[in-house]
Amino acid sequence: MKQKFDINRFKDNMFKYFGLACTLFGLAVLSIFLINILIEGLGRLNWQFFSSLPSRMPEKSGILICLLGSIWIMVLTAIIAVPLGVASGIFLEEYGKKNKIASFIEINISNLAGVPSIIYGLLALEIFVRILGLGKSLLAGSLTLSLLILPIIIVSTREAIKAVPKSIREASYALGGTKWQTIRFQVLPAASGGLLTGVILAISRAVGESAPLIVIGALLYITTIPTSPMDDFAVMPIQIFNWLSRPQKGFIENATAAIIVLLLITFIMNGLAIYLRNRWQKKIKW
Amino acid sequence: MAKLDAEKVNVYYGDHHIIKDVNLSIQENTVTAFIGPSGCGKSTFLRLLNRMNDYIENFKKTGDILIDGGDIYDKKVRVEDLRKRVGMVFQKPNPFPKSIYENVVYGLRIQGIKDKSKLDAVVENSLKKVALWGEVKDKLQQSALALSGGQQQRLCIARTLAVEPTIILMDEPASALDPISSAKIEDLISELKENFTIIIVTHNMQQASRVSDKTAFFYLGELVEFGDTDQIFTKPVKELTQNYITGRFG
Amino acid sequence: MRNKKEKIIETILMLCAAVSVLTTIGILWVLLSESSSFFSKVSLKDFLTDTEWTPLFAEKHFGILPLIAGTMLTTFIAIVIALPTGLSIAIYLNEYAPKKFRKVVKPLLEVLAAIPTVVYGYFALMVVTPFLQKFIPDMAGFNALSPGIVMGIMIIPIISSLSEDALYSVPKALREASYGMGATRLQTAFKVLVPAATSGITVSIILAISRAIGETMIVAIAAGQQPRLTLNPLVPIETITTYIVQVSLGDVVQGSLEYQTIFAAGIALFALTFVLNNISYFIKKKFQEKYE
Repeated sequence: MKQKFDINRFKDNMFKYFGLACTLFGLAVLSIFLINILIEGLGRLNWQFFSSLPSRMPEKSGILICLLGSIWIMVLTAIIAVPLGVASGIFLEEYGKKNKIASFIEINISNLAGVPSIIYGLLALEIFVRILGLGKSLLAGSLTLSLLILPIIIVSTREAIKAVPKSIREASYALGGTKWQTIRFQVLPAASGGLLTGVILAISRAVGESAPLIVIGALLYITTIPTSPMDDFAVMPIQIFNWLSRPQKGFIENATAAIIVLLLITFIMNGLAIYLRNRWQKKIKW
Repeated sequence: MAKLDAEKVNVYYGDHHIIKDVNLSIQENTVTAFIGPSGCGKSTFLRLLNRMNDYIENFKKTGDILIDGGDIYDKKVRVEDLRKRVGMVFQKPNPFPKSIYENVVYGLRIQGIKDKSKLDAVVENSLKKVALWGEVKDKLQQSALALSGGQQQRLCIARTLAVEPTIILMDEPASALDPISSAKIEDLISELKENFTIIIVTHNMQQASRVSDKTAFFYLGELVEFGDTDQIFTKPVKELTQNYITGRFG
Repeated sequence: MRNKKEKIIETILMLCAAVSVLTTIGILWVLLSESSSFFSKVSLKDFLTDTEWTPLFAEKHFGILPLIAGTMLTTFIAIVIALPTGLSIAIYLNEYAPKKFRKVVKPLLEVLAAIPTVVYGYFALMVVTPFLQKFIPDMAGFNALSPGIVMGIMIIPIISSLSEDALYSVPKALREASYGMGATRLQTAFKVLVPAATSGITVSIILAISRAIGETMIVAIAAGQQPRLTLNPLVPIETITTYIVQVSLGDVVQGSLEYQTIFAAGIALFALTFVLNNISYFIKKKFQEKYE
């Protein structure tokens, strides 16, 4: 009896260390990757790198165009996807609870969330690029990424709205508020923290995405700065992919330096999202 | 004419028969207490009066509820307009997560009133009526969530008054509060009676006997007995009422 | 007047929600219409049974199997890495780790899922492959192993986070009952918690698989572009997603058979993930009902 107990205790302790090791493994790999990137690419980060157009010579190349392209994409995608996603989330959570249309849309969204991003590229290639004739423009790219991140925004909108207590709605109704007034003036402001978190994470996802953009043909050698939504474009991840597929060592170094910039953007957005989520969770205890 | 008339009211949630054949008549400028054990239907009945049950799935009502002689469930009645006439205070204080000022003016803002001097006047007036003005007049722009529970509840009452209803429904308004805050709410109810018709749901029978003129005893969805509060608490007609107020069940 | 406004707003909101439905219809329509022209030239039997995929060569073969094999191989490697690691992390964080540690580590692990996949592609090609080549000298520069491993690391947080949530939502009473009978944490975890959280854990695994199948950039960068029907993780292969990228990079004329192949490949990919997503959706729905 006593001995069996000890064996179990031993196993229990062994698993404790194994679990800790697994956790640390994830974190260690993350650190190794980051350190490796910094060592390889940090030296390449200088003003020339930020201010130059692409070039056939690695040491003359820069990320100006793709950085601006990514910023364009970020803004346009936000303009398209945020209102659509938030509106859909409000509809599903507040209006469509019972009816069949709503549950159909819900299954739909859950499915869309799992569709590989490259499939969105195929959709966009046919609809936006060819049928609507938008070409390989910023607008076509933003529309593609908007559809891609729509499910993320919808789901997080619903979560944020769901977290607003019923008592707040009742108070508004009891004062003569209509359904929309209640949503507009009480529910949405109270849910804004969670909403913003979801939106930032979704846009961060769009900024790092490249596969669907490659499919619509955005892997171009562009030497003019995009100034309108109808211009051709390149984005950071695609420039990185492009440089990675070149054999010269200089281009690989460029890729690592560009990765540092891309990761910085991603981490800042994610950090902001986590910060907002924590602040919101603290505030929400009414 | 009575302020409020309920005629043969039945309520069903799906297959559950929640309110059974209730007839009730309430006079203007009185305080009526609804008492009865949990689940007796008193809160459900209260929520019929400003149609807060409308959002519940499978909700069905038969019979009529008339306020000032008009059927409040008539198709022509806009439920938002009804609720401006019939205000409600909830069990747990539920201020909006906004400033004290914005809480009070919300009902007016959604009616499209923008005149700053009018809003200011309403805030001062309403907060004075609930004896909160002195405590908060210097911090109107601070979050209402920073107030104590008792203050929050008085703010919620002020918010309701700002819309100028004629009837105020109170769903156990003091049950989440400490005894001192609770006493303040009771005093307030007595004062408000002069200008409003008040209906209050309560678990607390001392409270019912202190604040109300009339008392209605609900049991298992039926209105067992309705009469003057003194009579209900001293000489109830029904044995069931007698048993309940003497604490034999509850 | 105001009732009208409410109605208009509701309609606008519904139209926005309808965009999602249109997206699904669009995807199905595009995939089906383009691949129907493909299947009018290539028989479904060849597509499903031919063991070669060479649409861009002079001698054309249109067997999807090599692409599926490549996809499955990288996915399998990813799951072999991610499942034990992710599940152990979930159990460790839930049962063993101090609360503070959990609070710090969970978001840090989620960073793994936020890193753009093109960055992982770089790691697979430039870090992991050279590292593995030190131990396996005859490993090719492009191979299934290192993108598989890196993909596994990327999906660890999918499994660990979702499984952790599932374990966390097991009623406290069950756990206490087990401790009350003298069980250790390990016994409680594997004999009580994991079985009680099976559906949630299964959902996390299915989602991880689905994510690995659809992953594009890691394999496009590090696995190669040589469709072959093999289980050897050391040689270059090609996945469905890589093939679509490969064609997109080249100059393929719209309406040509080569152009249509990417939609045929797309439909195979869509079908795989669609089935997995629906299984997980229905498990999740059933699971929710159980606890509500």
